Amino acid sequence: MCLAIPAQIVELQEEGMARVRVGESHTFLTASMMLLPEPPHVGDYVIVHAGFAMHTLSPQEAQDSLAALRELAEAMEGSPAQF
Amino acid sequence: MQLNSAFQDPHLCRALLQRLETALNGRSMRFMEVCGTHTVAIFQSGLRSLLPASVTHLSGPGCPVCVTHDAEVAAFLDLAGRDKVIVATFGDLLRVPGPDGRSLKHAQAQGARVEIVYSALDALALARNNPGDLVVFLGIGFETTAPTVAATLLTARQKKIENFCVLSLHKLVPPALRALLDDASCAVEAFLLPGHVSTVLGLAPYAFLADEYHMPGVVGGFEPADILLALCIMAEQLRDRAPAVINAYPRAVSDTGNARARALMEQFFTPSDALWRGLGRIPRSGLALRPEYADLDALIRLDLRLPETRPLPGCRCGQVLKGQLRPPQCPLFGKKCTPATPVGPCMVSTEGSCAAYFKYGEH
Repeated sequence: MCLAIPAQIVELQEEGMARVRVGESHTFLTASMMLLPEPPHVGDYVIVHAGFAMHTLSPQEAQDSLAALRELAEAMEGSPAQF
Repeated sequence: MQLNSAFQDPHLCRALLQRLETALNGRSMRFMEVCGTHTVAIFQSGLRSLLPASVTHLSGPGCPVCVTHDAEVAAFLDLAGRDKVIVATFGDLLRVPGPDGRSLKHAQAQGARVEIVYSALDALALARNNPGDLVVFLGIGFETTAPTVAATLLTARQKKIENFCVLSLHKLVPPALRALLDDASCAVEAFLLPGHVSTVLGLAPYAFLADEYHMPGVVGGFEPADILLALCIMAEQLRDRAPAVINAYPRAVSDTGNARARALMEQFFTPSDALWRGLGRIPRSGLALRPEYADLDALIRLDLRLPETRPLPGCRCGQVLKGQLRPPQCPLFGKKCTPATPVGPCMVSTEGSCAAYFKYGEH
């Protein structure tokens, strides 16, 4: 029930609603954007919970986190695997 | 979507597991997650089988359906029996048994008007389409869900839809964590904090974990690398005796949360005592409608009461929710209580820990 899904905005509609594409699937939903602190744009990724976008996902933060993890993975390459 | 799928990379997970082993250095760690999506993610991804044997995973009171009290289910059934009332609810509440084993599903089969909705806004549409009836939305959920209900109440006001109200039984995560920690039998060493609830709350409401209880608290995402990263941070904090509340899910959670969602929640709701299955009454751990919105409050509008109830016989969901008992240790698990015929709520919800243990074969 506390399920929330990442989705991409494909069309902004009237009354603060938007059509969003769920993940990379062919499922589309209509969700309300009224809880987002900033006005959203087509192409933004949002987290949708119970018909409302709760947060805009940050591609920059995702890239930064991945870069840090990949650096860690490379640093560990040399050490023997434990499993 | 790259934003999430890249965090499933086995290469990254292997490196993180190694970092976890190094941080643990042979010590054990008991961590608790308090989010149904984490429960399912940890089972579904196979992480449980990869974690070092010294790491114990406990599922806490993080599934809103599972913590719904018998007395609250009794109130749902009372509502469902009323004339000219349509009960609108999220689907997973339908099968939660009340004090006498009856659920909304039984009431529906006997003719009660119970409608499943995906969103509180859908319940409002139901009200618009049924002007002769009163639509009551069952307000169950944590800080992620409560703002969506507040936004729906605002919309109802703006559109002057008067045959709509909410039974607000929303619950708040931080007071439940405090109640768990105040319970002497609680043996948790660190919390994996809920990713979605935190999109609204940010980090500040969890600060007491580190400040008062010296307990690590890490907000984590739901992909395997997200979860492992959160576990690494916990283990390192425990090793260094430097507990802190950390955001390890910055692509989806900002440290300050969603102020707009919180403002809307505060406009309509005020903290109140709430009943939690397994944990009992916790002060200021729920959300009631503010007195100025009495017309939107099903408790007042329909003069509803939460009755005194006795716990379901044999059901150990309460101990499971506190991390005192693993689901297979319950005598009913997999015998009398299965996902097809659940006795307790932890087996009803797909995000409940009993349902996850059953589905993923840890009997």
